[in-house]
Amino acid sequence: MTAPVRAASPEPLAERRIALVDLLDRLLAGGVVLTGDLTLRIADVDLVRVDLKALISSVSEDVPSPWGPAGEVRP
Amino acid sequence: MSTTDRLRYVYAVTRPFDGVLPEGARGIGGEPPRLLRHGDLVAVTGAVAPEDFDEAPLRARLEDLDWLADTARAHDAVIAALSTVTCPLPLRLATVCRDDSGVRRLVEDGHDRFVRALERLDGRVEWGVKVYAEPAAEEEAEPAAAGSGSSGRDYLRRRLHARRSREGDWERADALCRRLHGELSRHAEAGTVHRPQDARLSGVPGVNVLNAAYLVDRERSEEFVELVEAASEPGVRVELTGPWAPYSFAGIADEEAHEAHEAHEAHEAHEAHATTAAPAAQEAGR
Repeated sequence: MTAPVRAASPEPLAERRIALVDLLDRLLAGGVVLTGDLTLRIADVDLVRVDLKALISSVSEDVPSPWGPAGEVRP
Repeated sequence: MSTTDRLRYVYAVTRPFDGVLPEGARGIGGEPPRLLRHGDLVAVTGAVAPEDFDEAPLRARLEDLDWLADTARAHDAVIAALSTVTCPLPLRLATVCRDDSGVRRLVEDGHDRFVRALERLDGRVEWGVKVYAEPAAEEEAEPAAAGSGSSGRDYLRRRLHARRSREGDWERADALCRRLHGELSRHAEAGTVHRPQDARLSGVPGVNVLNAAYLVDRERSEEFVELVEAASEPGVRVELTGPWAPYSFAGIADEEAHEAHEAHEAHEAHEAHATTAAPAAQEAGR
């Protein structure tokens, strides 16, 4: 458990200490992906350093989702 | 460096909001986030250095785990600050435009998609649920029996017992994943699974067999959290993280995906809530 749970209150979101690995799952696989005036699309980045690629679950293999394509969030 | 040379990092898109961001909210490079209103939407941006965020350097930086960690934490700090006053739609890490007009074009081009996503995510939070099989619990059983006998036969018996016990643990973890995933899905508006985390990066004990995220109404979160908290069993640890801004659900804003999800829900209802298998659990035997 990482946070005291008071779901109706915003504090835990701001104060909790977050594990990097949980954060990277969300920031490298989640979030809206845009195209257009960007300097770079992160989806196009091929992480060449093998250890980094292995460690960051979000940018490695696809995970089959029990919800089918709708439930999937992919890089 | 003058502000005009700098690039624009875009953290999130929101509806215009009344509240003020918590004092001291800082993004990448210690810069306070800036709100750029465009029509009925707001882009939350920050000026960043081209030495880090232009295409070529950014590719290189992304290979640097420490840099990536700092950037991810700064990004999340802004999203967390926004979450105290509104329901932000988080963008993918390292969404960077040349200048403010680039940001405006992004908001303009993605307008309908943003509006739909903001509507769908309003009042919802994301909860992370991770299930770990705990080999530590298995190994403890062995030394406990070690003093009781010293013959080869006793040793083999203990080894066999330990192996069966381990197999039982994997089966229990797998069964729990499936059951829990099905149950939580019924209490959530959407769910998704991330790849199980590597213990080398997470640094936590046990083997991560399920790494899931669920989109839950704030009002129903207490109930959801209680379900997760009651789920741990001997040899199987269940961990909750959150509430998160709905990162894992921001990307599936396209109507097509949304409709597919609804169609699936209808299908699931038809199947009388048949338990959904958690694919991650299948990796438990690795």
